[in-house]
Amino acid sequence: MTSILLPEAEAEIEAIVHEAAGSKSPLAIHGGGTRDIGRPVQAARVLSTQALTGITLYEPSEMVLAARAGTKLSEIEAALKANRQRLAFEPIDWRPLLGTRGEPTIGGVTASNAAGPRRIQAGAARDHLIGIRATTGRGETIKSGGRVMKNVTGYDLVKLFAGSWGTLGILTEVTYKLLPEAETETTLVLEGLSAAHAVEAMSAALGTPFEITGAAHLPGSPSQTLLRFEGFSASCAYRRDRLAAHLKPFGPVTAVEGDASQALWRPIADVTALGAAADDAVWRISVKPSDGPAVGARLEAELGSRLLYDWGGGQIWASTRDQGDAGAAIIRAALSGGGHATLVRAAHATRAAVPVFEPEPAAIAAIAEKIRAEFDPAGVLNPGRMG
Amino acid sequence: MSAILMPKPDERVLARRDAIIAGLAALLPAASLITEEDERRAYETDALTAYRQIPLAVVLPETTEQVSAVLKFLSAEGVKVVARGAGTSLAGGALPTADAVVLGVSKMNRILEIDTDNRIIRVEAGVTNLGVSGAVNHLGFFYAPDPSSQLACTIAGNIAMNSGGAHCLKYGVTTNNVLGVKMVMIDGTVVEIGGAALDSAGLDLLGLVVGSEGQLGVVTEATLRILPLAEGARPMLMGFQSAEACGACVAAIIGSGIIPVAIEYMDRPAIKVCEAFAHAGYPLDVEALLIIEVEGSEAEIEDLIGRITTIAAAFNPSTMKVSQSEAESAAIWKGRKSAFGAMGRIADYMCMDGTIPTGCLPQVLTGISDICAGYGLQVANIFHAGDGNLHPLVLFNANQPGELEKAEAAGADILKLCVEVGGCLTGEHGVGVEKRELMIHQFNTIDLDQQMRVKTALDPKWLLNPHKVFPLEGRPV
Ligand SMILES: Cc1cc2nc3c(=O)[nH]c(=O)nc-3n(C[C@H](O)[C@H](O)[C@H](O)COP(=O)(O)OP(=O)(O)OC[C@H]3O[C@@H](n4cnc5c(N)ncnc54)[C@H](O)[C@@H]3O)c2cc1C
Repeated sequence: MTSILLPEAEAEIEAIVHEAAGSKSPLAIHGGGTRDIGRPVQAARVLSTQALTGITLYEPSEMVLAARAGTKLSEIEAALKANRQRLAFEPIDWRPLLGTRGEPTIGGVTASNAAGPRRIQAGAARDHLIGIRATTGRGETIKSGGRVMKNVTGYDLVKLFAGSWGTLGILTEVTYKLLPEAETETTLVLEGLSAAHAVEAMSAALGTPFEITGAAHLPGSPSQTLLRFEGFSASCAYRRDRLAAHLKPFGPVTAVEGDASQALWRPIADVTALGAAADDAVWRISVKPSDGPAVGARLEAELGSRLLYDWGGGQIWASTRDQGDAGAAIIRAALSGGGHATLVRAAHATRAAVPVFEPEPAAIAAIAEKIRAEFDPAGVLNPGRMG
Repeated sequence: MSAILMPKPDERVLARRDAIIAGLAALLPAASLITEEDERRAYETDALTAYRQIPLAVVLPETTEQVSAVLKFLSAEGVKVVARGAGTSLAGGALPTADAVVLGVSKMNRILEIDTDNRIIRVEAGVTNLGVSGAVNHLGFFYAPDPSSQLACTIAGNIAMNSGGAHCLKYGVTTNNVLGVKMVMIDGTVVEIGGAALDSAGLDLLGLVVGSEGQLGVVTEATLRILPLAEGARPMLMGFQSAEACGACVAAIIGSGIIPVAIEYMDRPAIKVCEAFAHAGYPLDVEALLIIEVEGSEAEIEDLIGRITTIAAAFNPSTMKVSQSEAESAAIWKGRKSAFGAMGRIADYMCMDGTIPTGCLPQVLTGISDICAGYGLQVANIFHAGDGNLHPLVLFNANQPGELEKAEAAGADILKLCVEVGGCLTGEHGVGVEKRELMIHQFNTIDLDQQMRVKTALDPKWLLNPHKVFPLEGRPV
């Protein structure tokens, strides 16, 4: 039976970690438990941040928000919405894809460095995270960064913690910079392009000054290639016309505005647009955008994958059959020219057997290991999660 | 003598100088090794010129392989290494010690690959910041981070310091615009971190390396994001009779949902000096001046300027002037970007770099002028108002005994004030030697120890730029 620990303060977390490190008994670190990603962690106890909640700072005029790690993302988004502000990196809601329940927490968003379609323009969680507090595997709580927009004081452990999946420390509080919501948005849709043509069209659009904030391609019949921009309505109208003219060589363009445009992007952000069967495995692949179509073609031919291209072709979601290595060998061979693949969804047994994250070159793995050992010398925080 | 101390050089290394130089000579072309005192002197300081020390030797390798061979040799010999780009650090980041070898990347200045389809450029680390934009401007692209020193400073230095610039309000700083680096570890191991994709597997080592001030490895190549040039851009000038009104105006503009590309602030003393230098048309009868730049098509620019003008009206600006021509725009930016140089013509200065929560602006400006008045010193303020990154220039006369020390003390008090109100010691220039001893005001021992453990993990003997960033006391080595 796994027992669940629900500390309400940093001091409690420190005590728990001290004890865990002393007795070498690993802890699985959970936020809302909506991201069951990575290598399954073998731990008798779960440390959940769910009782460590609350927005601790929100200054709309300074566009900064801090919250304890277990604060629900929905609570934060509601507070921001009231002031027409947002987390610009479009945190992913994993629940539809992973079939998990519960509520995503801001700590989980941070630890997984989640980012949606706006990644191409606004960056990921790491690019908006400006401060952290975290209890390391030494049972000590450290801070890095702060609450100001520009800060190069000391090493940027803020970035290191973003996407560390609970393996360096337990985030206790995070501080984000915010951006104003856009007044409106428009999506241009091209139909029937091959993936190769779609990536060309997306590159052509991303090479214009029209500030594309979403560039995705949904294969299917007919395929759809979507290009989003956001801003004041007059500016969106202007860019719609200019971009449509620019994209003429790729075929007829239709424009979808406002709420209807928003509705197009939710299923891309939460990956339901992939249409993976319930028992399929799902991979996230990150490549140089122009390499995307060739990688995708190999997966279609050799693994019968369904695909969803985001980030102008630079991020590919792919389904495979959850059998054997779930296609790992073929996918990773397809990436020999660069890029990496993460097995985001698969049965526990598959994820225990297949390296979930792209195996790193030996020299990089050695560096990461040395760093991890400095934060969690006893190896008790989510051990093996990223391994 | 000034307040910042450097430890005594390692006599054992000094005694082995000839052997060390012979070892380096075996690894490098003759033109890449500088041993004569006269020539080494060019590397004795950076833009924090109050501190100088001629290094043991200077190497200027041409390839990553040479960098690797040099580091492998020097680490085996136990010799310290100070990496150097263009030496424009304002924090003394590139200041050597007598027992250290300076490793300059100035000969590694080739553009390796331009790929507009994927919006990336791969360069050797010694390419200048402006050189990157220069290589892609004709293709309609640019590299976003734009430190005022961009004509001289290198991508290597930018990565080490996580440099920003006037336009980072919209486009982010170096760390948001770097996708990968090739780096040589102290033992000579060459690693590639990140690459052409938007993210990489595993821990965000790239995020750690950017801003690590030359203490974790020597960067030899970088893959950078390039962005399409805006259709047009236009600055406007807005003058106010008080810092309060000006600060409130900045908050109102940003609060309205507009993110201009840049919002730069100058106070009266700074305006006077910059205007005399650049003839930019700055108003001389205001207490605070904003340069606000917006981008887009002609119609978008008109629209944004209209919105900003309406918002600003509530704060009674005494001047409101939109640039009418390319030449005027260039002059407006010339005045701002040459501010430090212009100031340097009339006085010596210490350039501070703290960041504060933008809501504290008026309070902190008052605090700064009180602090400087207390030391009998003048101060001019120039800064990035949109993100609260202040650059108070504390003016002094270096020929006047005791004035440098006073300026340093005033600077330290200013930075402590920034930390007290919730800000930080440095927003973009880095800690270097300058703010090393002030780190204890922002971080406690637990925080600092953990950062130093990261250093130890990657550079166990602390040979890479060791006397920077962390207070000398309390180090593991
Ligand atoms: C007039 C003036 C204006 C400035 N304006 C700005 C500004 O607007 N914004 C801003 O952010 N900064 C500004 N600066 C500060 C300075 O230009 C930046 O810090 C710049 O990035 C330093 O680059 P550099 O090539 O001169 O590096 P250097 O000064 O040579 O070195 C800086 C640091 O980088 C390390 N380093 C150098 N090369 C490497 C390498 N290959 N690998 C690892 N580490 C390395 C050094 O050890 C040192 O710690 C200004 C400076 C001046 C003099």
